[in-house]
Amino acid sequence: MLIAGVGGQGTILASDILAEVGLQCGYDVKKSEVHGMSQRGGAVESHVRWSDKVYSPQIETGKVDFLLGFEMLEAARWAKVLAPGAVVLINRHRVSPPSVNLGMETYPGEGEIEKIISNRGGLVHWVEGTGIAQELGNQTLAGVVLLGRLSLMLDAPEEAWLSTISRLVPEKFIDLNVLAFKAGRKIFEAKGESICETSVS
Amino acid sequence: MKKLMTGNEAFALGAYLSGAKVGTGYPGTPSTEILINFARYPGVYAEWSPNEKVALDVGVGAAYSGSRVIVTTKHVGLNVAADSLFYASYTGLKGGLVIINADDPEMHSSQNEQDNRYYAKFSKVPMLEPADSQEALQFIGTAFEISEAFDTPVIVRTNTRLSHSKSVVEVSGEDGSKADPEEVSTRDEAWYERNIPKYVMVPGFARRRHPVVIQRLEKLADYAETNPINQILPGNGKLGVITAGVAYQYAREVFPDANYLKLGMVYPLPVDLVKKLADQVERVVVVEELEPFIEEHVRLLGIPVSGKEVFPRCGEFSPEKVRGSAAKAGLVEVSSPDGSVGITAQLPARPPMLCPGCAHRGIFYALQRVRAVVFGDIGCYTLGALPPLSAMHTCGCMGAGVGVVHGVDKVGVKDRTVAVIGDSTFFHSGIPPAINVIYNRGISTIIILDNRVTAMTGHQENPGSGRTLQKEGVKQVNIERLLRGIGFDKVDVVNPYDFAEVLRVLKDHLDADEPSAIVARYPCVLFTRERKPSCTVDLEACNQCGNCLRIGCSPISKVADGVSIDPALCNGCGFCAEICPRKAINASGGNAN
Repeated sequence: MLIAGVGGQGTILASDILAEVGLQCGYDVKKSEVHGMSQRGGAVESHVRWSDKVYSPQIETGKVDFLLGFEMLEAARWAKVLAPGAVVLINRHRVSPPSVNLGMETYPGEGEIEKIISNRGGLVHWVEGTGIAQELGNQTLAGVVLLGRLSLMLDAPEEAWLSTISRLVPEKFIDLNVLAFKAGRKIFEAKGESICETSVS
Repeated sequence: MKKLMTGNEAFALGAYLSGAKVGTGYPGTPSTEILINFARYPGVYAEWSPNEKVALDVGVGAAYSGSRVIVTTKHVGLNVAADSLFYASYTGLKGGLVIINADDPEMHSSQNEQDNRYYAKFSKVPMLEPADSQEALQFIGTAFEISEAFDTPVIVRTNTRLSHSKSVVEVSGEDGSKADPEEVSTRDEAWYERNIPKYVMVPGFARRRHPVVIQRLEKLADYAETNPINQILPGNGKLGVITAGVAYQYAREVFPDANYLKLGMVYPLPVDLVKKLADQVERVVVVEELEPFIEEHVRLLGIPVSGKEVFPRCGEFSPEKVRGSAAKAGLVEVSSPDGSVGITAQLPARPPMLCPGCAHRGIFYALQRVRAVVFGDIGCYTLGALPPLSAMHTCGCMGAGVGVVHGVDKVGVKDRTVAVIGDSTFFHSGIPPAINVIYNRGISTIIILDNRVTAMTGHQENPGSGRTLQKEGVKQVNIERLLRGIGFDKVDVVNPYDFAEVLRVLKDHLDADEPSAIVARYPCVLFTRERKPSCTVDLEACNQCGNCLRIGCSPISKVADGVSIDPALCNGCGFCAEICPRKAINASGGNAN
């Protein structure tokens, strides 16, 4: 599983939760990210792997089963690593890079992003992560909304997610994070989409 | 119980469990978190020293007195500490001294990707290299045993991938976060054993120590043959892989059936184990990031081996890089899929940039306006080199800019020239070149960007912060008094958000015919979490001149009828309002006042 976003979006907390849930479910787990520049608005990505035995902390190109795009452009950027049939959850949220702010380049449209991902064999699911998070009063909860939606596609019980969130999040924010997580599950269940993916890299 | 830990967390726990009582270092990605974590354990002393050389000397002193010590540094920090590494190798130490050195293949946050395994060979000290967090924890214990048994400093080498990845570690204790006190090694009380011929490296004594160091290496080579830190792993007898560290993990995925010599100790190398592996297989390859360090040793043994003609010498490895290289060389049949197929769109890049509200922005905008040539340094402010500010013209290493500007000024360059250096970098290695400007009759201007914290590596304390690593309140080093004490007669302190004042002082200093210094002081707003109401744009007044876009602040973007400021990102510092000629931007409470 790969999480792609922009510094400050909470990708490290999300990847920590994802890794701890895997460990709790009995998998060997590795997670990897490079965060030297993350606070300065640069792109950040986290690799999380669950398996019986994990060697490489980085996922090989072509073996990413789930891509969580915390930001639309970053989701498109990581289309290159997807496995055929990979699930791509994209938070409908845009953070313009400097060249777009200056009017020198254009930000790709939603249709273009979908096309980039489907060309690489990925299946796009848009999630109103930031929208829901804003309703809950804190934009940085968007990542946990995405985790909620992802949780229904993975072979891990809801209890494992909730206990991990409670353990990793500062005490006064636990309730909000649990609400965001459940909201992510709910929008997915309401749509009645089938849940079949369980293999993970 | 099983616990997920980063490599850096595991190093810290390993040091604590081994009974290390002292930890020293200077912050540097990716090594910083080792000391931060170590400092939290009970009964330890940990400090951020002003630079890596000081850190190593402090560590040596504690180890001379019998304490177990870790010293942490990034790879280029060991350049700064190299002088001390070499004498410590000759003298040896009473307590164990383990230097945890973090390389940065790919230069994720560094100026080069030097391979510090050569420091082990150069200084004649052993080097260990773990491959995951479990080994990170265990190897620290082994390193202390080696250090004390062989009377030598030991370097444990990590890299960005290992330091910042999490993997599973077996820990004991209630919740795994606190070690069982009974498990922690206890040490005797500190005392200094006087031994002038061993510890005073004047030529006569040092000549006696060099043969001891050579003999030590020979004994260490024997140790490398028998200690289980180096392992031969069985395979199908076709391909034999020699590897170490994170490269081992990639190799295991690409060559699942190979025989392995997995090295935990990368210097000195176990010659017999290398020969034994070579006898078991048809072909030997070395999988190692960066330089052909192991490969060169194997070649010297007369064993046919492939290494850098197959795998790249530049950059970090990844599974697809190793597999792709192996496929080209015919070592495996199938390469990883080509990630570029089907992607035609050119997506806008997202480089890091100065944070919204950053105090450095005002200085670089002013330097751009006066068309100064800027000799820079290493820190957040190096981002001032990127467009649209583009206001830094050199950056080599910590402390370089102040020396470089003096050299430029000495040959009579006609441009306005200035050195820019951060507070932590000034304390690190900016003071001797500042003394040099005075001593050698220079005329250079130095700007110290003083945000009261070592920001780039994640806000570590420094001698100007008023706090230590272990959060004790202390005296702040007064930069302007220090400069005056050196001999700078022209010293001014400015608020970097007050653009008119910055411009006035800057022009005054640049045009002065004497050495001068400007301290641009404002505490890092990201660290103090200072945030004011977002700035807003009056589109009626805006004439789309584009000045505010040229300060490179991410909340400000160009829209059809002017500019827009994203309230979710804006810090409210008000610098854009300061420089708007039409007064079209409103800041309710900027930082200029």
